[in-house]
Amino acid sequence: MSAPTPTPTPVIQARGLVKRYGHVTAIDGADFDLLPGEVLAVIGDNGAGKSSLIKALTGAVTPDEGEIRLNGEVIRFNGPQDARAHGIETVYQDLAVAASMDIASNMFLGRELRRPGPLGSVLRMIDKKRMREEAAAHMADLKIGLRSLTQSVETLSGGQRQAVAVARSVAWARSVVVMDEPTAALGVKESGQVLDLIRRVRDKGLPVVLISHNMPHVFEIADRIHVHRMGRREALIKPSDYTMSEVVAIMTGALTVDQEHGGTVVADARAAKAAGVRPN
Amino acid sequence: MTTSTAPYGHLTGPTPLRRLVAAPTAGPLAALVLACAFFSLTTDQFLSGGNFSLIIQQVMVVGALAVGQTLIILTAGIDLSCGAVMAFGSIVIARMAAQGTVPPLVAIVLGLAVCGGFGLVNGLLVKLIPLPPFIVTLGMLNVAFALTHIYSNEQTVTDLPGELTFLGNTFPLGGTDVTYGSLVALALFAVFAYLLSSTSWGRHVYALGNSPEAARLNGIRTGRLTIGLYALAGLVYGLAALLLISRTGVGDPQAGQTDNLDSITAVVLGGTSLFGGRGSVLGSLVGALIVGVFRNGLQLMGVASIYQTLITGVLVILAVTVDQISRKRTR
Repeated sequence: MSAPTPTPTPVIQARGLVKRYGHVTAIDGADFDLLPGEVLAVIGDNGAGKSSLIKALTGAVTPDEGEIRLNGEVIRFNGPQDARAHGIETVYQDLAVAASMDIASNMFLGRELRRPGPLGSVLRMIDKKRMREEAAAHMADLKIGLRSLTQSVETLSGGQRQAVAVARSVAWARSVVVMDEPTAALGVKESGQVLDLIRRVRDKGLPVVLISHNMPHVFEIADRIHVHRMGRREALIKPSDYTMSEVVAIMTGALTVDQEHGGTVVADARAAKAAGVRPN
Repeated sequence: MTTSTAPYGHLTGPTPLRRLVAAPTAGPLAALVLACAFFSLTTDQFLSGGNFSLIIQQVMVVGALAVGQTLIILTAGIDLSCGAVMAFGSIVIARMAAQGTVPPLVAIVLGLAVCGGFGLVNGLLVKLIPLPPFIVTLGMLNVAFALTHIYSNEQTVTDLPGELTFLGNTFPLGGTDVTYGSLVALALFAVFAYLLSSTSWGRHVYALGNSPEAARLNGIRTGRLTIGLYALAGLVYGLAALLLISRTGVGDPQAGQTDNLDSITAVVLGGTSLFGGRGSVLGSLVGALIVGVFRNGLQLMGVASIYQTLITGVLVILAVTVDQISRKRTR
C-alpha cells in the first residue's frame, strides 16, 4: 500500500447514495467526490442514473439512503432552493432563460436588487442600473463580451445564451457550478467558446461538475472523470491515464477499473472485443 | 475591456432609435396617433377636449378589464370570464346598496371581494388541477352570467345611492369636464405599469409568461404567482364593476356581455402577445384607446356602428399578424 498523500477536503462528497422509485433503483449506492478547483466530468450511458445522481447533489431529489457532505459538513437539502442557498448553482441543458427579457434581468431573475431607501422598501422599486452594472462586471470577469446588457436574450446566439446562463450561475455560486450538457445544443465554434468559459470558471477557483455525452469535450477539459454505470460510480479516473475508447468501454461495462491495483483496466475479454478494445 | 477582442463581441447593440422602433408599444402608439390625425382632418368635432373626455369615458370600463386581462395574457393564459364577473360584481354592489341591507361602502367592498373570489377560483383551477385557462374561464363565464341573472331576478337595479355613482361625477380640467372614473381608470393603468416594469413581482410575471420552467428553476414560486395573478385580475374586474355602475347609473344584469372579447381586443391591439411574456398594460391602454378612437371617429363621420365592429375585427387580425411576423424576425 502506498503512503497516503494529503488530499484536500472534497467540496462535495457523497457516500452510498440510494434512491428508489418503486421497483426501480435510480441510484444504487453511488459515491461522489468533487475536489476544490477541478473540472469533474460525469459521464455514463443513457439510463445509467447520471441525472438522478445530479438531482440528489443539487437538492432536486432527496436520497433514501447515504450521506452528502458539503465542505466536510453533512448536509440534507430540502429542495433545489436549499442547495442554491448553500452555493450550489446549476446550468440547465435547456438554458432556463426568459427569452424576451434582457441579459441583466435574466442574471438577477428571482434575486432582483431593490433601490435603496423608501423607493425600494416601500415602493419595491428594483435597481435596474445597479443590476446592469453588476451584470456587466460579472460578464467582464468571465471575459464575455456583449455590447449591451439591455438586449433581450432572444436576440443572442445559442452560445451567447449559454454564456449568459453560465455567468448567472457563476455569479451566485459560492461552492460549485453544475453544468448539464452545456454544449449539447451548440455548434463547434460555440462549444469551443463555452469550454473556454468553463476553464475560466475553474481558474477563478470554482469547481465545475460537467455532465456531458461528448467524449472529446470531456477529454479536452476535465481534470477527472466520474464514470457512472448502473446507478453507481464505476470509476473515478484521470483522462491522461486512459484512452477515449477505454473510457467508453468502462462506461458500457466492457472494461472495469481495478482501483485497488492502481487503476489497471481489467477486461471482460468478450465484451471488450465486442466494444473494439484490445484487452491488455 | 474592449468588446471587440472578446469571443462574443461580434454582436452590435441596438441604437436608441432602433430600440424605440422595436419597442412593443411603438406600433400601436403610431396607429393611435395616425387614427387621431385622420379623424381630426376628416371631422370637425373630433379634436376637442370634450370629445377626448367622452372617448376615455367610453373606453374606461373595457380598459379596466383589459388591465386584468393583460395580467392573465402575460402568463400565456386567457380570461373569458372577465365581463361576466364584472357584471355579477356590479349587480352585487348595486342590489346590496339599493336594498339598504348594508352601507354602500360595504356593498362596494363585498362586490370587490366577490370578483376577487371568482379570480381566485379561476387561478386555483388553472394551477392546481390543472386545467387550460380557456376552459376554466369559459365555465366561470357561464357561472357568473347565470348568478347575475338569478341574483338580480333579471331586474335592472335603479335608485342607487350617491356613493356608488360618485365616480361618474365630473370636475373641470382646462375647460373640459372629466369624470373621476376616468382618473381612476388611468391610475389603475399607471399602478400596474409601475408594478410590471419596476418591481421583482413584475419581472417574475414576465419570466413566468416566457417559460414557467425557467421561472421555477430560478426560484420563482410559479404556483403562488399564477393563482395570485388570477385573483388580482378578479379584483381589477371588481373595480371595473364600480366604473360600470358609475357610468350607467344602474345595476344592469345585461351589461358586459361582449366585454370579455373587447378586453382581449384591446390587449392584442396593444401589442401584448397571446403566447405570453411580452407586452404591457400601457400597450393595452393604447389598444383600448384605438378601439375607442375608431368607434368615436367613425361615428362622427356617420359610419354605421356595424361597420365600426367590422373595422375593429380587421384591426385585431392585423395586429396579431404584425405580432407573429415580428416574432419570427427576432427568433
